[in-house]
Amino acid sequence: MREVALTVTVNGEQISRPVEARRTLADFLRDDLSLTGTHLGCEHGVCGACTVLLDGDAVRSCLMFAVQADGAEVTTIEGLSEGGLTPIQAAFQAEHGLQCGYCTPGFVVSAHAFLAEHPDPSDEEIREALSGNLCRCTGYQGIIAAVKRAASNGSSL
Amino acid sequence: MTAGRFMGQAIARSEDPRLLAGRGRYIADVVVPGASDAAFLRSEVARGRIVSLDVEAARSAPGVRAVYTAADLNPLVHETAVAGLPEGPFPPKYCLAENDVRFVGDPIAIVIAENRYLAEDAVELIDVDIEPQEPVLDVDAARNGDGALVHPEIGTNTPQVIPFFGDPDLEQAFADAAHVVKDTIVMHRYVQAPMECRGIIADCDPYSDELTVWSGTQSVYGVQSLIAGLLGIGTNQIRVVQPDVGGGFGQKMAIMRDEWAVVLAAKLLGRPVRWIEDRRENLTAAAHARDERIDLSIALDGDGGITAIQGEFIENIGAYQTMGSSGMGAFIAPFLTNAYKIPKVGFASQAVYTNTCGKAPYRGPFLMYAVGIEQLMDAAARQLGVDPLELRRRNVIRADDLPYTLPSMLCFESITPAETLDQAALMIDYDGFRADQRAALEQGRYLGVGISLCVEPSGIAVGSMATEAAEIRMDYTGKVTVAVGSSSTGMSVVTTMKQVVAEHLGCVPDDVNVIQGDTAATPWGAGTGGSRSAVLIGNAVAAASTELRSKLLEIAADALEAAAEDLEIDNSRVFVRGTATKGMSFADVGQLAYHSPDMLSPGTAPGLEASHRFKAPPFTFSNACHICTCEVDIETGRVSILRYVVSEDCGRMINPKVVEGQVFGGVVQGIGGVLYEHMVYDDDGNPLTSTFVDYLLPTAAEVPTIEVGHIESPAPNPLGVKGMGEGGAIASPAAVINAVADALAPLGVRISGSPLGPRQILDMIAAASGQRA
Repeated sequence: MREVALTVTVNGEQISRPVEARRTLADFLRDDLSLTGTHLGCEHGVCGACTVLLDGDAVRSCLMFAVQADGAEVTTIEGLSEGGLTPIQAAFQAEHGLQCGYCTPGFVVSAHAFLAEHPDPSDEEIREALSGNLCRCTGYQGIIAAVKRAASNGSSL
Repeated sequence: MTAGRFMGQAIARSEDPRLLAGRGRYIADVVVPGASDAAFLRSEVARGRIVSLDVEAARSAPGVRAVYTAADLNPLVHETAVAGLPEGPFPPKYCLAENDVRFVGDPIAIVIAENRYLAEDAVELIDVDIEPQEPVLDVDAARNGDGALVHPEIGTNTPQVIPFFGDPDLEQAFADAAHVVKDTIVMHRYVQAPMECRGIIADCDPYSDELTVWSGTQSVYGVQSLIAGLLGIGTNQIRVVQPDVGGGFGQKMAIMRDEWAVVLAAKLLGRPVRWIEDRRENLTAAAHARDERIDLSIALDGDGGITAIQGEFIENIGAYQTMGSSGMGAFIAPFLTNAYKIPKVGFASQAVYTNTCGKAPYRGPFLMYAVGIEQLMDAAARQLGVDPLELRRRNVIRADDLPYTLPSMLCFESITPAETLDQAALMIDYDGFRADQRAALEQGRYLGVGISLCVEPSGIAVGSMATEAAEIRMDYTGKVTVAVGSSSTGMSVVTTMKQVVAEHLGCVPDDVNVIQGDTAATPWGAGTGGSRSAVLIGNAVAAASTELRSKLLEIAADALEAAAEDLEIDNSRVFVRGTATKGMSFADVGQLAYHSPDMLSPGTAPGLEASHRFKAPPFTFSNACHICTCEVDIETGRVSILRYVVSEDCGRMINPKVVEGQVFGGVVQGIGGVLYEHMVYDDDGNPLTSTFVDYLLPTAAEVPTIEVGHIESPAPNPLGVKGMGEGGAIASPAAVINAVADALAPLGVRISGSPLGPRQILDMIAAASGQRA
């Protein structure tokens, strides 16, 4: 399979290496960089478990080829957590916003991107913003409460 | 009920920080050196004969290490009997499809390659020719025995039949009734859809003849037992390790044929094989749920008292069922009266094979006992012209009825359905809603309210599920480790068991380590399912902690030269009652117990270890009442849930936040099932909903805020706890359906089950208006 040169910054670290053209960004992060906090729940862009930040925007890493991230800055859940749990993550714990934890990194990344843009969201906006991520355990109750709590604490990032 | 220092406290979960930081380790994250990736060729035909199968091109494709078909793997299968299936003739479980295929998704060949990309490339190169045959899809045609057989080997499509049985006076009760209400309640096919698909890694060591399996399972010992049978080797030659698991909901109770193929392939290949299921496989070929109906009748006297109930239950179990599902009639029959005093019962059931994906348990696999009668209660209320709340109040089991022996001879000792009914009605302001509903109707808006009670047979403890054990030890530093046989898939077992230990031992939860999900490290147990963890694991942990506490006191009594009964424990310290300064820390006791055993009195055993195997009664009953209000847009068929309240009684709560989390998740699965989720097959047996674009899970944008009220009546076990993991999913479907039915009743719409997507609702409105016209 054809390999393409890729230079990408992941969690602040610049990485240059050849990568198979068809390799998804998710597989590149998980298998090549061992950043397994990015999860695959559907591999067709619906569930949001693989959400990462690409130059600050929340994107589905299962729907992108790694080479499409050339020159970009990628932040994964591991990158967000480098200084310990963020206030958003702490709010998820306080509000029982996770059970099995599989969808959780995707929700946390989405919430970071959302609160960065909308520091004072309404309930409706929170629900709408989270509707691109699927959770099967919590019924979303704790997740919505966590994002609300994080917002009301003024902790967008 | 008074909360303890740790029991009953909503403490934050210790599972969370690592999961939040992306440091969870799920099956796809486990690295086994030298592992190859597997991918399957699956049937695209529901029923047909395999005319030819050519895997040569795939075998020589880049990176391919092996391609196996039925010819390679099926002869290696020793036996496939699975303990825990109900009685009945079972088809030979071909590991891979042999000669024919029996559902779309049936695994035909397994490709093992350097990575998943190359494995999937090679699957494309397999040449298979299947001659399609007319599939068996219709349950009634299948069971009437005049057509084709899904499994010709067993000569029937109805492997499990419970012939009609009932009270001898049942017929008379219906003849004498002032009212008879009957309906056929349908539950459509919907699925577990855990966010993490299935996955397994098998590593056979040809030198020691030992097998290590990592499995995203709900039961490591279940996997061990099945593989031991499959390979004909000793259970002690198999270690099963459960990494973090991204939800199971019943689908991961037992490993399925494709997972067996991975184990057999690893054995044949002599090197580790890994298979990570993709979503399309999970939706079409793992296991499905529901797809059942019940013909239900109740007899009522002139006062609205129910005198008899009769049900005939039919379930579509697909082609290959797994343990804990299918043949659910045996679990529905004893509970057919749900939360009501109904003296006479009659029941019959059939499980029916079809050429569709097989059935596995899904949160409350026996839920029709509640989903059925709760819809019939509303139908009866409408027929009799009484309010459904009032009809339930007339018939519900009350505190002064307890202990209440059911017609099935099971006994409710400690339940509170009447209290939860009242609490939920109060929470939702039932009368106030009725007034709002009337006012809305005058403006042409259709609002409805639906009630659903359930008595949940939790803590299922029959046969091999009857016991669970805890092995606890305190080490020489005073820190505690407890090993239990659960395999949690998100149920907060670690946090809640820390709370139980801390409460009974006198330490803090952070000093306790909980180990589960590894056959090399934990006592044998049935795993996590059947709402068993709180009752079985909880009581085992409490008893083992109490035994350990006695040992601590015995050793400390030696050292403190006091009688054990004069000692107290608080905050990881043992001291003489009333003399807090005269004491020693757990670490001091640990030092003595392990490092200075010669200083103990003769007769005092060294070490700080205890274990306890707890046997529970077959069922521990919890209960809940759900009330849902909704508005139906009759132009679009859209249902908006306005409020959703749950009053629940799971006895003594270990952690209220965890209890509520279980309620929330179960309720939303029920809402999703009724309103959005529908696993659809076409007339040729092709699944049409094979992605999350077609199979619609509820999102944060659709779900209501769920309000929970608690009533705590202690269970008849030492810890006083009841299970409640399934009740949310058991009670919710009927609450939602009843609310929609109530909203549309003024239009003459009659609803008998689900699904209730916009299309179904618009069709029903059109049909009703056609009838009126």
